[in-house]
Amino acid sequence: MATFKDFRNNVKPNWCPGCGDFSVQAAIQRAAANVGIVPEELAVVSGIGCSGRISGYINSYGFHGIHGRALPIAQGVKMANRDLTVIASGGDGDGFAIGMGHTIHSIRRNIDVTYIVMDNQIYGLTKGQTSPRSEMGFKTKSTPAGSIESALGVMELAISAGAGFVAQSFSSDLKELTSIIEQGINHKGFSLINVFSPCVTFNKINTYDWFKENLTSLSTIEGYDPSNRSQAMNTLMEYNGLVTGLIYQDKEKPSYESLVKGFKEEPLAKQDIALDQGQFDKLLTEFM
Amino acid sequence: MINQLSWKVGGQQGEGIESTGEIFSMALSRQGYYLYGYRHFSSRIKGGHTNNKIRVSTTATNSISDDLDILVAFDQETIDLNHHELRPGGVIIGDSKFSPKQPEGCTANLFSVPFTEIATDLGTSLMKNMVAVGASSALLGLKVEAFNSVVEQIFSRKGASVVEKNLQAIEAGMEYFKKEAEGSVGDFQLKEADGKSRMFMIGNDAIALGALAGGARFMPAYPITPASEIMEYLIKKLPEYGGTVIQTEDEIAACTMAIGANYAGVRSLTASAGPGLSLMMEAIGLSGITETPLVIVDTQRGGPSTGLPTKQEQSDIFAMIYGTHGEIPKVVITPSTVEEAFYDAVEAFNIAEEYQVPVILVTDLALSLGKQTVEPLDFSKVNIRRGKLNLEEELPELEKSAYFKRYEVTDDGVSKRVIPGMKNGIHHVTGVEHNEQGKPSESPENRKAQMDKRLRKLQELPKVFPSPVYKDERHEEADLLILGFNSTRGTIQEAIPRLEKDGLKVNHGQVRLLHPFPTDELKAMVDKAKKVVVVENNATGQLTQLTKMNLSRGDIQSILKYDGNPFLPSEIHNQCKELF
Ligand SMILES: Cc1ncc(C[n+]2csc(CCOP(=O)(O)OP(=O)(O)O)c2C)c(N)n1
Ligand code: SF4
Repeated sequence: MATFKDFRNNVKPNWCPGCGDFSVQAAIQRAAANVGIVPEELAVVSGIGCSGRISGYINSYGFHGIHGRALPIAQGVKMANRDLTVIASGGDGDGFAIGMGHTIHSIRRNIDVTYIVMDNQIYGLTKGQTSPRSEMGFKTKSTPAGSIESALGVMELAISAGAGFVAQSFSSDLKELTSIIEQGINHKGFSLINVFSPCVTFNKINTYDWFKENLTSLSTIEGYDPSNRSQAMNTLMEYNGLVTGLIYQDKEKPSYESLVKGFKEEPLAKQDIALDQGQFDKLLTEFM
Repeated sequence: MINQLSWKVGGQQGEGIESTGEIFSMALSRQGYYLYGYRHFSSRIKGGHTNNKIRVSTTATNSISDDLDILVAFDQETIDLNHHELRPGGVIIGDSKFSPKQPEGCTANLFSVPFTEIATDLGTSLMKNMVAVGASSALLGLKVEAFNSVVEQIFSRKGASVVEKNLQAIEAGMEYFKKEAEGSVGDFQLKEADGKSRMFMIGNDAIALGALAGGARFMPAYPITPASEIMEYLIKKLPEYGGTVIQTEDEIAACTMAIGANYAGVRSLTASAGPGLSLMMEAIGLSGITETPLVIVDTQRGGPSTGLPTKQEQSDIFAMIYGTHGEIPKVVITPSTVEEAFYDAVEAFNIAEEYQVPVILVTDLALSLGKQTVEPLDFSKVNIRRGKLNLEEELPELEKSAYFKRYEVTDDGVSKRVIPGMKNGIHHVTGVEHNEQGKPSESPENRKAQMDKRLRKLQELPKVFPSPVYKDERHEEADLLILGFNSTRGTIQEAIPRLEKDGLKVNHGQVRLLHPFPTDELKAMVDKAKKVVVVENNATGQLTQLTKMNLSRGDIQSILKYDGNPFLPSEIHNQCKELF
């Protein structure tokens, strides 16, 4: 059995001290150990941004791709080797701006990938511009007079797009975050986990204190049932999306892999790729 | 009796023009004739003129012809738009339903045959194309039996009576035409063919088949003309071999998903045309710097932007070679026949894995969609080479907290590759400059070492690539060397005997490896020629510029065509002649 320490490598993250992403890294390492996998069975694919560096800070197979494209890369990895646990990760700009198309279509497609977004409501790596998660009026380098575009309700969007697993967490709450990631990994199909992960350098509004004040844990809402889609939607609207915990899960939704005709349990990457003469000849006669 | 002729069927898109051409040519193919087809169509589904021109010959042919012998018309527009191609003495066969009229100045023989009426009398007007096939086949001297197997194959699902009815429609068309034309037409009877059954397929089929035989098992792709047939073939076939096709949300997803699958050890491709290729550029760079194998098919069509989406062009050369920012090793392969497209597709996957680079396999619309006769493909030439990919379960243990050296600096620039899941193979992959273990590094020494390593990989490729230039060198010293790439090969070949007749000594080279450029190979050819001309379907002479640059020879000329249509042999003949 691997422990979370086995998922540590010797690379020192270049995040600012206090950045929320440190806890996300720790939570992934713990969750991986808790679900019982060993490092070589995990592939972490990440986008570009401060958060995107995360794949380099976990002792596992890691692929740091291009801005906004962690999800298609991760889906390709999973289709090639369904024995792997595949985590995709990145920032809110990565997943909800440049990569939004892939996010929605990953939800629709439902390949078994766990997608962890480090949502700091700002662009960190490019030094403080607005993000699709920034609230109206939010002042940044690119919105000096305050943002005049509204913030995207990504959890609501995911649920309406048909997501089978939607959860939200806060990087300060390592215990809940770890548990949510574990549940996401265990979910058969695509899971979206949005993590409020404060940028201490560029976001002076959505700080740790701000989140502590404004977030409501779903565990405190009496009778909350994450299998109830309309309750999930209503609750998100009521709390303006500022809730943490498992928001919605449909355990019955079949994963993409389970629906692909002829798709074997044995990973594609391990199958023999050579045809034999008989197969080849048969293919040729179809063109005669 | 004649050795070859050209036949064209035309009408409104969505009216069965495709299937008319298909049935006619399948029957001829099974008689052992060599065929070459070119489809003219518009970017709409219903309506709009479409036609299918098919060359039939007793010997191998790889080009459309200058003129036309037989035009089968389902509407007057077909006659008006195409009659000028007919040779003197050519024949138009039109459906009586639209009362075909002879355009002014047209000297062809016009026959009005009640396609629709005969078909309706036999049960359904849907069979009018069968009547048309029958009428024109009578002219060629074909018997209805020639259609038995094709009609059986297409209609047997619908029952024996449907097969029977369709054969009757063909026969009725034959009978009607024979009576009508008795003694009034010239010789259109084809010499008997050798009866050998050959393959008859479009370039996209050959690429898809090559991908399958070459071990590709996963294809993410986004539909586009003229590439879609590749994914459509593979979605039918891959599930039988454990794999699948995913129709992605866009070409960026397609390309990056293919990168993900290749990284994880599955041969994976995507296919598109110019617009999709443009979207893939950043991802191609990612494949380059992460040394992840990748195969992309670019089926060139008229650009820029949406351009001429259903027309012939060869204008993506610079985009393919230079489109990606930064500098990466990259391979661009340009097959010139359907047969080559098959073998090159297999080879594309081998090269991608052996050198761990992106490979762009390029066609043009005429090659992708033109249906050609292909000699049976040779399975013994299909081999799978995966280079330095290590597929063992477990590797030797690594030192504590060290990563596998996925990017180890080696003499040939290629490093050992392992795939996720392998014990002791953990490493990092990133599009950021990285060290041997894949960890980000900005050190100048490392940058130089890694950049040099990557760029060194392809140095030898032009030497080991199977015929980087297809050569037809008849002369030790030539007056003219004609260069081309992709589908122009057959047309150039057709022009050469005419130029030789004019007294010119002509050599021909068809470039099959565009990048890295086969400079040495071409230099030897170019040095033997007094004049060099590059024939290409674009407006700026991209291959001409590339050749000039690589060979440092300034006097290379171009013959360009960019009106959306492929070259005709006469155009190449005449324009080459003008150079002297
Ligand atoms: C195609 C492309 N456009 C722009 C950039 C520049 N860029 C890098 S990261 C980033 C956004 C970072 O914000 P986010 O995704 O929220 O991640 P964070 O840094 O906040 O973790 C941008 C715009 C890029 N790398 N690639
Ligand atoms: S800039 Fe912000 S997001 Fe980036 S490392 Fe620093 S705190 Fe984290």
